[in-house]
Amino acid sequence: MSAPAPLLSIRDLKVHFKLASDSPLPWAAPRWLKAVDGVSFDIFPGETLGVVGESGCGKSTLARAMLNLIPATSGSIVWQGQEMHGATADAWQDIRKSVQMIFQDPLASLNPRMTIGQIIAEPLRTHFPRMDAKEVMCKVRAMMVQVGLTEQQINRYPHEFSGGQCQRIGIARALVLEPKLVICDEPVSALDVSIQAQIINLLQELQAKMGLALVFIAHDLAVVKHISQRVMVMYLGRAMELADKNAIYRHPGHPYTQALLSAIPLPDPRRERNKTLQLLQGDLPSPMNPPSGCSFRTRCPKAEPGCAQQAPQLRALSPETRVACLLA
Amino acid sequence: MPLIEVNSLNVQFQTPDGEVTAVNGISFVLDRGQTLGIVGESGSGKSQSVLAMMGLLASNGRATGQALFDGQDLLTMAPKALNQIRGNRVAMIFQDPMTSLNPYLTVERQMTEVLQFHKGMSRQQARVRAVQALDAVKIPEAAKRVMQYPHEFSGGMRQRVMIAMALLCEPDVLIADEPTTALDVTVQAQIIALMRDLQRDHGTAIVMITHDLGVVAGLCDEVMVLYGGRAMEHGSAESIFYQPTHPYTVGLLGAVPKLEQGDHALVAIPGAPPNMARLPPGCPFSERCALAEPRCVNTRPTLSAIADRPAVFRACHKRVDEVMRYADALATGEVSV
Repeated sequence: MSAPAPLLSIRDLKVHFKLASDSPLPWAAPRWLKAVDGVSFDIFPGETLGVVGESGCGKSTLARAMLNLIPATSGSIVWQGQEMHGATADAWQDIRKSVQMIFQDPLASLNPRMTIGQIIAEPLRTHFPRMDAKEVMCKVRAMMVQVGLTEQQINRYPHEFSGGQCQRIGIARALVLEPKLVICDEPVSALDVSIQAQIINLLQELQAKMGLALVFIAHDLAVVKHISQRVMVMYLGRAMELADKNAIYRHPGHPYTQALLSAIPLPDPRRERNKTLQLLQGDLPSPMNPPSGCSFRTRCPKAEPGCAQQAPQLRALSPETRVACLLA
Repeated sequence: MPLIEVNSLNVQFQTPDGEVTAVNGISFVLDRGQTLGIVGESGSGKSQSVLAMMGLLASNGRATGQALFDGQDLLTMAPKALNQIRGNRVAMIFQDPMTSLNPYLTVERQMTEVLQFHKGMSRQQARVRAVQALDAVKIPEAAKRVMQYPHEFSGGMRQRVMIAMALLCEPDVLIADEPTTALDVTVQAQIIALMRDLQRDHGTAIVMITHDLGVVAGLCDEVMVLYGGRAMEHGSAESIFYQPTHPYTVGLLGAVPKLEQGDHALVAIPGAPPNMARLPPGCPFSERCALAEPRCVNTRPTLSAIADRPAVFRACHKRVDEVMRYADALATGEVSV
């Protein structure tokens, strides 16, 4: 992992949202929701980084901040050596030729009034306005075949397609620009198991063919483990663990990762009934008022008084594993 | 006499495009303390089959067949008699805890209503009982939280309120329709552990409807796999998971990513779920089945017991050993679908 330069380097990225004050006084200090609070990682060409976490952990906000769809509050986003935090809209527009996104809800992310052909052609028309119309159509048709649609479907509308096919259209739209990095925000969560497997296989096949790097965001650790080389586990806006996928599964370093792993129901009755379950106590704390120190300490079975003092940073436990825990 | 006995349950809907059969000839038997898992993808008819049993079908829906609870047929029962059973002896938990709780009423009002109606308790007695029920599902500060409105609870807590409400009358049967689908995995684990404890303490029979094979594996004794409104395979959890005999069950198990498995490609089932208005005359799965032959498309296989495993039922024309050989070949990556 040392040889190639990273495609994208994120350092101490923070996305804070300002909320209305709950005090009636106009001069009262505003409240802040820290959706992403100091996350750092690199993405290398051709690899897949999985991001897992439960609802409210900031994984979707992180995805959007990586494309400046939500501006980051602070931190650095370096795309192939170029600092993007605070860059102009034009500079971002330029980057989006190489970084594309696939969304969770396949139908809602397609414009119902556009045909499939228009939807897939739109990125080309936006980023290459002078491209010849024939060439655009040619690329669109080729892309449709690549994602498993037929060329005859080019004039149909999104409502005529099933969820799995809509997700194929979303993938075609993201890949028609031949990007280097695709950010997939829960691309299979809304799909049935059999269709989910089709889409995962398709993404892996296209990744190998086009040499894509993927950021794969999901709440399902088994799916993420299947598709990724490295996995980042998030909790309340912070990275708890960033490790090689086999390491994270065999020797989860962080107590939260351990709890998350043990909570996944295994499709295997004997093992599922005999496994030791680590149930987390209580609910997720409010991100408006996160615990001091380690954000996981209120639910951590191993928490000590020291955990309330300072927020642990990711540190290397082994070459493959980095964990943000004082006790690991 | 079994607690619940469903015999060839059919559910039909009158739609502008003609009559659509959502559930076709489903039968099962459930005893006290047992758990049946009904597994299937969207549109397989798993929710409609239990909604029909509870008399909760949409107005254009019609259920035929038999659904006996304690010997009485729920399908032909007068609404008044049905109301004595629903929520009292047969309770139901729904998928979305926010939309199935009334946002205008406090949790206390929604829970005491059940007890006042079914058990004839006074509001004060009912309130004490409601707080106990919330305590049992591990809601902290139950006495205070009971006075709150549903929006003041988190998703996992709302689902626990739903479970507490369903268990107020200590029902004989609990029907859970995807109770953990909207929840995070760690919360899902809490809810499943809770359901398991309640079953152990009260001997409640559970019908668990889900698309998540992991949830089924942990909780269910018996599993029924539905596709296109029909049962494809029905047997003990062990047989379904370790010796599946139907190509659809094999496909479903292969399509789930597993934590411990290597990097080989997932076994995706090609195609899309069937259009219920235009099912093939034969096996509903034949369009997507790798083993399908002409007779599968034209004549419908009946659900019948396997010769040497009488507790396992399957609806497939292919021989058991053919399907099991295919399953082995898939598992070792020799063939792809």
